[in-house]
Amino acid sequence: MAQPEGKKEKIARQPMPEQAPEVRRRNFDEVPLGLSPEAAQQEAKRCLQCKKPSCMDGCPVSVDIPGFIKFICEGEFTQATRRIWERNALPAVCGRVCPQESQCEGVCILGKKDQPVAIGNLERFAADYERKHGKGELPPKAKPTGKKVAVVGSGPSGLTVAGDLILKGHEVTIFEAFHRPGGVLVYGIPEFRLPKEIVFQEVNFLERLGVKLECNAVVGRTVSLDELFEEGYDAIYLGVGAGLPSFLNIPGENLTGICSANEYLTRSNLMKAYRFPEYDTPIIKGKNVITLGAGNVAMDSARTALRLGAEVSRIVYRRSRQEVPARAAEVHHAEQEGVEFHFLTAPTRFIGDEKGRVIGMEGLKMELGEPDDSGRRRPIPIKGSEFVLDCDLVIIAVGAGANPLLTQSTEGLQLNKRGYIIADPETGKTSKKGVWAGGDIVTGSATVILAMGAGRKAADSIHKYLTWGW
Amino acid sequence: MFKIVRREEMAEGTVILNEIEAPLIAKKAKPGQFVILKANETGERIPLTMADTDLQKGTITVIYMVVGKSTAIFKSLKVGDGYMDIIGPLGKPTHLEKVGNVVCVGGGTGVAVLHPITRALKEVGNHVTCIIGARNKGLLILEDQMKAASHELIVCTDDGSYGRKGFVTEALKDVLERSDIQLAVAIGPVPMMKFVSKLTKEYNVKTIVSLNPIMVDGTGMCGGCRVSVGGQTKFACVEGPEFDGHQVDYDELMQRLQAYAEQEKQCYADHQCRMNPV
Repeated sequence: MAQPEGKKEKIARQPMPEQAPEVRRRNFDEVPLGLSPEAAQQEAKRCLQCKKPSCMDGCPVSVDIPGFIKFICEGEFTQATRRIWERNALPAVCGRVCPQESQCEGVCILGKKDQPVAIGNLERFAADYERKHGKGELPPKAKPTGKKVAVVGSGPSGLTVAGDLILKGHEVTIFEAFHRPGGVLVYGIPEFRLPKEIVFQEVNFLERLGVKLECNAVVGRTVSLDELFEEGYDAIYLGVGAGLPSFLNIPGENLTGICSANEYLTRSNLMKAYRFPEYDTPIIKGKNVITLGAGNVAMDSARTALRLGAEVSRIVYRRSRQEVPARAAEVHHAEQEGVEFHFLTAPTRFIGDEKGRVIGMEGLKMELGEPDDSGRRRPIPIKGSEFVLDCDLVIIAVGAGANPLLTQSTEGLQLNKRGYIIADPETGKTSKKGVWAGGDIVTGSATVILAMGAGRKAADSIHKYLTWGW
Repeated sequence: MFKIVRREEMAEGTVILNEIEAPLIAKKAKPGQFVILKANETGERIPLTMADTDLQKGTITVIYMVVGKSTAIFKSLKVGDGYMDIIGPLGKPTHLEKVGNVVCVGGGTGVAVLHPITRALKEVGNHVTCIIGARNKGLLILEDQMKAASHELIVCTDDGSYGRKGFVTEALKDVLERSDIQLAVAIGPVPMMKFVSKLTKEYNVKTIVSLNPIMVDGTGMCGGCRVSVGGQTKFACVEGPEFDGHQVDYDELMQRLQAYAEQEKQCYADHQCRMNPV
């Protein structure tokens, strides 16, 4: 169906159907249910097909957004996915977890006067449609180049590099430390935001393209980078993620019932502890849960706690609502489900019982002062405002730093003061010849799509190197 | 799949040895390091320190006591079966140096972990005295191996059914009294390591222990294995598993080991019910 001539009829942004909060707070099924084909086409018609699409500039991997949306308009859903695949190997993931509101949708021209086009929902629709109804055709690959690339880490960054380079004709092997691929897509993001089956199917797509996947391979322990070069790899990409959980270093932090968000989410998401005892890995099912932090990981933790039976699930954050780093959509979903938000509050110590189990958290109220070096207003404790919150599970979601396992055992790899790998922002090249890096191990904890953007740049640079040299 | 090529039962069937094909791990593994194993799709990831490695055969050996569902499932694996996932070698290897006189103390399955370390300490030129203990004769393991790995072996049983009657700490006290010891290594149940360290502190003998906290990933990304050493929090999987025995907060470790006790008991009881239906 072509766009009608003359004045466009005004179509409202198509709402995304969702599970009701009181139902979904106790199950692990996806919250957004996906647009129907009719709703998707209606939404696609809203796109103005701008001659200078700002949405594409807003996308870290420059997906041809008007292009794929036009195909959806015309009912050519498979073509839409193919158009997305030209720039993004993981549309089912991005359509679900990208912060579109601060990327493509945030700069959508229609969004200036009306609600922006629901680009994320449309991307998700195309990818899901292809997965369910597609014939499974693969995009064409370039002739074999005879070059071998090792990708360390099978998170979004590594998967993007693998997808790009396999299509360019190189041999690619991904090395993953865990027993399942996906990185943060599988251990960090819960089932109700990103079903793992989707991640495995995206990975399977890469395997069908010829990418080799070796799980249970801890690069830096089982094999070193220099050994990979000796084995014949011509280039190596490091996408190992941030992966070192931050703790607060306050008294009582080692009481049982206090864990990092990484541990809590890895148990629930990767080890499927939410299905205990069907799966053997246990998880603490707190009734009175506190999550410290207010990023996306904190939202994921607090919402998981509800689904695991918490009667009360609180977010405790030392700054105010304005400074909350999580996506507005995630905060909204959390509030709908009953997560309580305690702003301007910071913990001073944890209180345990005679068996060393946490039973309370002592906190102080905060007020905001001048910005600190992160640019956010600095929280200042209010003297004498101590109070205690009862709890039986505390999840610490205050960020993650650079895991030193690989970086400290690799010669010639320059790191910054905080242990992140120094890499050229345009090419991803590190100080070590033949080695690139991208994603959280370079930038610190960020997002899936930024990691993918870094992977895209590095893949381009690696391809140039393999073709023309360093 | 990581295939089991040899299997032995010890200590009246409570302790199992698995020699497993894992050539890449065998190639790199050093004494003191561990692996994380997962038997099947629904299984837990659990750490076991390697009791031995064979570079030629490309195998690693683990020796474990059956204490819950995961180890019970491991016990049910036969030669030819395998573990779905194993990663390693993890942790920092034992620091091996010629210091003079060394005493190695092992209790229970800690003896299995102690074996490669004892052997390596002897190989670098230390004079090694080894003390191993168990509740009774039937539960002793690796006596011959420990004899070969050391210059002198003292065997203790709590009930006196074999060797010297009493705890390993009593035998250790004698050794500390009669010899000038430069280094002690203690590996076994947490209370044992705690009391050995308490004793060696009186004699000012540097002591290394190998800790066994609960772990999930084993690569330092979750912090589940955190232990307090000298008042600081350390991740046992990347900074350990060996630490200065005089600095470890053993009481905290014992509490943290109970974090999932209820769920573990429930799981194990259900598993035993299923395995032995009435």
